[in-house]
Amino acid sequence: MKQQPLVSIIDIKKYFPVGSGLFGKKNHFVKAVDGVSIDIYPGETVGLVGESGCGKSTTGRMVVGLTDPTGGEIYFEGKKLSEYRAKKSLGKNLQMIFQDPYSSLNPRMTVADIIAEPLVLHKVGNAKDRRKRVDELLERVGLDSYHGSRYPIEFSGGQRQRIGIARALALQPKLIVCDEPVSALDVSIQAQILNLLKEIQKDMGLSYLFIAHGIQAVKHISDKIAVMYLGKIIEFADKEELFANPRHPYTKALLSAVPLPNPKMRDRERIILQGDLPSPANPPAGCSFHTRCPVAMEQCRSIDPNLLSTSEQSLTACLLFEDRVAN
Amino acid sequence: MSSKESPLLEVKNLETFISTPKGEIKPVNNVSFSINKGEIVALVGESGSGKSVSSLSIMGLNASAIQYKPESSIYFKDKDLLRLEEKEMRKIRGNEIAMIFQDPMFSLNPVHTIGKQIAESIVLHKKVKYKEALETALDLLNKVGIPDAKRRLNDYPHQLSGGMRQRVMIAMALACDPQLLIADEPTTALDVTIQAQILNLLRKLQKETGISILLITHDLGVVAEMADRVLVMYCGKIVEEGTVADIFENPLHPYTKGLMSSVPELYGPSKEKLDTIPGIVPNPLELPTGCNFVTRCSYATKKCSQTAPTLLQHPSGNRVSCWNPFGKEGGSAHYETAATSINYRH
Ligand SMILES: Nc1ncnc2c1ncn2[C@@H]1O[C@H](COP(=O)(O)OP(=O)(O)OP(=O)(O)O)[C@@H](O)[C@H]1O
Ligand SMILES: Nc1ncnc2c1ncn2[C@@H]1O[C@H](COP(=O)(O)OP(=O)(O)OP(=O)(O)O)[C@@H](O)[C@H]1O
Ligand SMILES: [Mg+2]
Ligand SMILES: [Mg+2]
Repeated sequence: MKQQPLVSIIDIKKYFPVGSGLFGKKNHFVKAVDGVSIDIYPGETVGLVGESGCGKSTTGRMVVGLTDPTGGEIYFEGKKLSEYRAKKSLGKNLQMIFQDPYSSLNPRMTVADIIAEPLVLHKVGNAKDRRKRVDELLERVGLDSYHGSRYPIEFSGGQRQRIGIARALALQPKLIVCDEPVSALDVSIQAQILNLLKEIQKDMGLSYLFIAHGIQAVKHISDKIAVMYLGKIIEFADKEELFANPRHPYTKALLSAVPLPNPKMRDRERIILQGDLPSPANPPAGCSFHTRCPVAMEQCRSIDPNLLSTSEQSLTACLLFEDRVAN
Repeated sequence: MSSKESPLLEVKNLETFISTPKGEIKPVNNVSFSINKGEIVALVGESGSGKSVSSLSIMGLNASAIQYKPESSIYFKDKDLLRLEEKEMRKIRGNEIAMIFQDPMFSLNPVHTIGKQIAESIVLHKKVKYKEALETALDLLNKVGIPDAKRRLNDYPHQLSGGMRQRVMIAMALACDPQLLIADEPTTALDVTIQAQILNLLRKLQKETGISILLITHDLGVVAEMADRVLVMYCGKIVEEGTVADIFENPLHPYTKGLMSSVPELYGPSKEKLDTIPGIVPNPLELPTGCNFVTRCSYATKKCSQTAPTLLQHPSGNRVSCWNPFGKEGGSAHYETAATSINYRH
């Protein structure tokens, strides 16, 4: 059972410089990602959830090599990403699909050319092989081959997302980072795309890092779920465990806040968090959640908790679960 | 709510036309519904189904683009809003009927402070002194839960977070004690923990003020949490209407049922495969003949592709527009002709 992770993310950070000059502040950074570690195994889906600006997309972009970490290391099949000389060679194994199917497809290219682009870039096959492959891919994502000669504008949101998936699949990658792939779609179309992603995974055995703020979709597709808050993972657990026994107060609040499509549940107890997400340019000291935490203790203002094992299937970063806090 | 009391808002046979470069479309097609005093009515449907055009019609906004069929009427108390002069409409808009949008930046002026914007709208509608209006604005900001409200009066919209802007919008909408609030996707752009705050706020304000709310959303979770009654829209038509309990427990239209089962469950075991509604929403320029849902419906019969059904009262409670609604044993006969002795499921 103890296999090698396909991707090992070890303590990665991404700091963006901000406000240079204006207030004479130098060395001031947005800590978009501040020490994230995740292992992704072959064939599995890790979900990444959290509120806007917590660093999900930045994490995803580092994993596929679209942007370099400020610190930490990402290993793909045991080899450091930074050691892959040509970024291009990463594209064979690591692909990404995006939230906005409208802006991520070149409007002047036909759908067939869009899907074939990675093949051309990596010099795979001749024109005839590629045409055949495009047809296969179109079929795989549930489109007809005649769609290949059309332009993105002629397609609905869900169809465009299918095109994006076909392109990501072209080189048979081992991991696809899906950054909010269904957030912009209608519910009935979301379900179609989620089913498609699952089917593809079953057939091809690839792994997903599935980013979304819609917790229902993440739950449906993931094996494990990482919950992020202000650049850090505050809980990482097997899906079933996370829903059965959420441990971190933020995870509890997040789950409790999801509106349930069942009017009988309307009067349930809810945890309503006070206040807004702090700015990642100026995160609170100690535990970054303490400003909104309903059960914050005095120590939480100064001690930044570590992500520690809280059961066989879960890791939690909260002082409530740390021995070093006397309580 | 006593049903004898006449509704606060009554939309009748609303039919709109918009001309687009590719031809004329009918974003709202013969829609009728009403909203009672103190009621929260949810209008739910997929993108492009005509939710926003319906709300703009009530508000008399975008009048240059939207044409109305003469039979259409929108009665607010005793006035037909579609037949009011713009001058009269302006007295109602923002006063008796207020609206909040998905994107608060759309209705907040970026160059004025929050305090000034709220106060000026109060001065305009209530004819009070600016200073007094500013006091009211402060009360309102406190009421919608803006922390440190006094200081925030002097903030510009861009200095606020998304959740705070939406609170400001709600404060502004409530400034003139409206009787009807139209909220078009008020929480769609917000994070889920902030959404929970805003929904809580709306619920609380509704209880305190007894205001009626038309809540537009595509999120069935939000509908289930908030609404008393639900209107389900598809391609410009209401396909089903009922109380929130009936709609969720006993949906009659295959589209309503399809929508419900395509949402992944948050608790309980995950399904391997989600139920889906096949296909896509038809292009408004190329709507099918017969029922608009016929191209995606697993229960469609020949009749469905020939004749459009109409919204009728079904014995089990909801109004539904379907030739083969659920809700009776193995039934495929139209309920209109069904004998009263039929046993209804549920
Ligand atoms: N190129 C950049 N320069 C400066 N700051 C950036 C840059 N990219 C992202 N950020 C900041 O880093 C933080 C994390 O952004 P990121 O896009 O990763 O968040 P996210 O979790 O994907 O949010 P969302 O749910 O809104 O997509 C944000 O505060 C964002 O403003
Ligand atoms: N000003 C306009 N010009 C042209 N077409 C329009 C205009 N306003 C709306 N439409 C069209 O009318 C139809 C209904 O639009 P509407 O905005 O009411 O949809 P909606 O249900 O609010 O969708 P969403 O969930 O995306 O907000 C759509 O096909 C839309 O493209
Ligand atoms: Mg993002
Ligand atoms: Mg709309």
